[in-house]
Amino acid sequence: MSAAVTERQNPASAGGGAASRKLTERVFRIRESGIIAVLVVFVAVTASIQPRFIDQANIQFLLSNTTVYALLALGETMVVLSRNVDLSVGSVLGLSAYVSTNLFGHHPGLPIPVVFLAGLGIGLVCGIGNGLMVAIGRVPSLVVTLATLYIIRGIDILIVGGNEVVAQTLPNSFINIPRANVFGVPYLAIVIAVVIGAGAYYLRSFRSGRELYAIGSNPEAARLAGIPVGKRIFTAFAVSGGIAGLAGVLWAAQYQTIDSTAGTGYELTVISAVVVGGVAIFGGSGSAVGAAVGALLLSTIASALNVLGISPFWDQAIAGFLLLVAITLDRVISLRLMAALRQRSSGVGT
Amino acid sequence: MEPDRSTGLRGAFQAWMRRAGVQSAVRWESGLVVVAIAVVVFGALTSSQFLTSGNFFNLSVSSGEVAIMALPMTFIIISGEIDLSVASTLGMSSATLGFLWNKHWPMLAIFVVLAVLGVVAGLINGLLVTRVGLPSLAVTIGTLGLYRGIAQIILGANTISNFPATYTTIGVNPIPHTVIPYNVAIFIVLAVIFGVVLHATPTGRSIYAMGASPEAALFAGIRVKRIKTMLFVVSGLVCSMAGALWTFRLATAVWNNAIGLELSVVAIVLLGGVSIFGGKGSIVGVVLATIIFAGLLNALLLTNFNQEATGIVIGGLLLVSVFVPNAAAFRSRARGLGRGRSLRRSPEIGAVHD
Repeated sequence: MSAAVTERQNPASAGGGAASRKLTERVFRIRESGIIAVLVVFVAVTASIQPRFIDQANIQFLLSNTTVYALLALGETMVVLSRNVDLSVGSVLGLSAYVSTNLFGHHPGLPIPVVFLAGLGIGLVCGIGNGLMVAIGRVPSLVVTLATLYIIRGIDILIVGGNEVVAQTLPNSFINIPRANVFGVPYLAIVIAVVIGAGAYYLRSFRSGRELYAIGSNPEAARLAGIPVGKRIFTAFAVSGGIAGLAGVLWAAQYQTIDSTAGTGYELTVISAVVVGGVAIFGGSGSAVGAAVGALLLSTIASALNVLGISPFWDQAIAGFLLLVAITLDRVISLRLMAALRQRSSGVGT
Repeated sequence: MEPDRSTGLRGAFQAWMRRAGVQSAVRWESGLVVVAIAVVVFGALTSSQFLTSGNFFNLSVSSGEVAIMALPMTFIIISGEIDLSVASTLGMSSATLGFLWNKHWPMLAIFVVLAVLGVVAGLINGLLVTRVGLPSLAVTIGTLGLYRGIAQIILGANTISNFPATYTTIGVNPIPHTVIPYNVAIFIVLAVIFGVVLHATPTGRSIYAMGASPEAALFAGIRVKRIKTMLFVVSGLVCSMAGALWTFRLATAVWNNAIGLELSVVAIVLLGGVSIFGGKGSIVGVVLATIIFAGLLNALLLTNFNQEATGIVIGGLLLVSVFVPNAAAFRSRARGLGRGRSLRRSPEIGAVHD
């Protein structure tokens, strides 16, 4: 689509380069801490109106609710970093949620890890399909995942028919997964936080992780530099699919009633979370931790609407609006940054 | 010297044909005619009702709005952008119509509001894409959520269905003395207008130019930003009016009217031979694609396929429409490689040096 933010930067000298990098880093740090500041202010204001917002039960519910979005956001971050998009996450979540937990009904006493593996497997198959079509078919990911969004949902509808999985068929130990907690913090939230931390570390410090940033900043340059672009993009989609499959199982444990509409429209929330969390929609910049904070912000807003007695009908409009605000803000910031860098490098040059 | 020159001219002409996309477009559209015939045969074989005049009405009336929305989408995709918010714009318009009708507004005033709403919705998309410089994919995913969300806020869980029969009969009765439904007649008129603008005016050529190469179009003095903004505005306006047609045809206004319809619109346009990368396509192709699409959906309806799962077929159609031309390009690229190094240059250069 459009040129990446970093594409046209050409620092005039080595000294200018180091200084520019410092400025760039500082701006991105401000961008990420800005989201945390917004989150804190938002929580404080809501809590001052309705103290119930920060009682233990609500925080616990909010955190376990965030886990699903934050997980999806991790997979989506990998895809968006490579200047692609995965619109099929909500459908993958729905398919995995039904098919994997339906196993409990057919095989009572099935060990829970098997169900998670089933969810992971379903997600991987979907993600691999997306990845193959994007990487080998050279078709824009937007078109591929727009199609698979509805194809996977259609398959889900055919499989589910008029049925649904209900709480009675699910073992208690499964239902309790999102509810087990230590000092009011769900275990699950801790586990997911660790997973996201690991994902962020991988993207930041491993060669193949860094290569996703390179691909997103400039796909052509990445190819010329010898980066296996197709392979990396394929992996990003496979991981995103696998994660959506796992998230489906967690979703099922959280909501316990699973029909063919599970996860409908989640792609909007997840992409909003990723972009609000500071991952550039052009690819090439942002972090998994930022995306997770974005997910936390969005589910905090949804929860606040609920607590303040505002209709949940506002959720979707807010997610869409925040997405637009975030990409506009990022664009304005990066234009300012580029102007500043240009001025600085020309100053150093003369 | 003489024969050499003539082959040179012929080569140049063929290269020009290739560059203009004439050959490949003609081949794609004749393919579509074959597919359209195949769909009709398939429909006739699966159900004896398929080829009846009553079914022709049902077949065409239920795809009228999608077909109408595919026209501005064709322009937008040829110009190198995309608009995923079309179905949400329709939904927002439908919800507004229901809401205002319930507040006893006169219908004429409501139509004016819907037109303004559509223009504003398109303007927001257009300005964010052209003036702020954001990718249309991201902007219209955002407005997909925003406009649908506004529809949800306006109507909530309400269903408005007390519209006067003068309007709701458009879903049941054809135009008097014909078999053509109103929305299809509107589509035919719009298709002619859009076709003339795209294929026979400077604006139309500019749209191709900016899709093929935005930089070159800009240097050629084409007002890329202004035209793209206009395209989004037209899309918003057309989708908003389609919202009124949809609401009257089904005689209901609910917030989730036409949810997910952007898939069908994009699928029709790409099936019509419009390149997702911009710069290529024709209205004739898109019109043929709408016929195939309507026929296929109708045949599925008659075969008792689970109607909620038609996304599988439409999504599959979308994938096929992008993969087939891509595979053809891939094959010809591979053939070029096999012939040796010199042929790897672009055909334009080859034509000049022949």
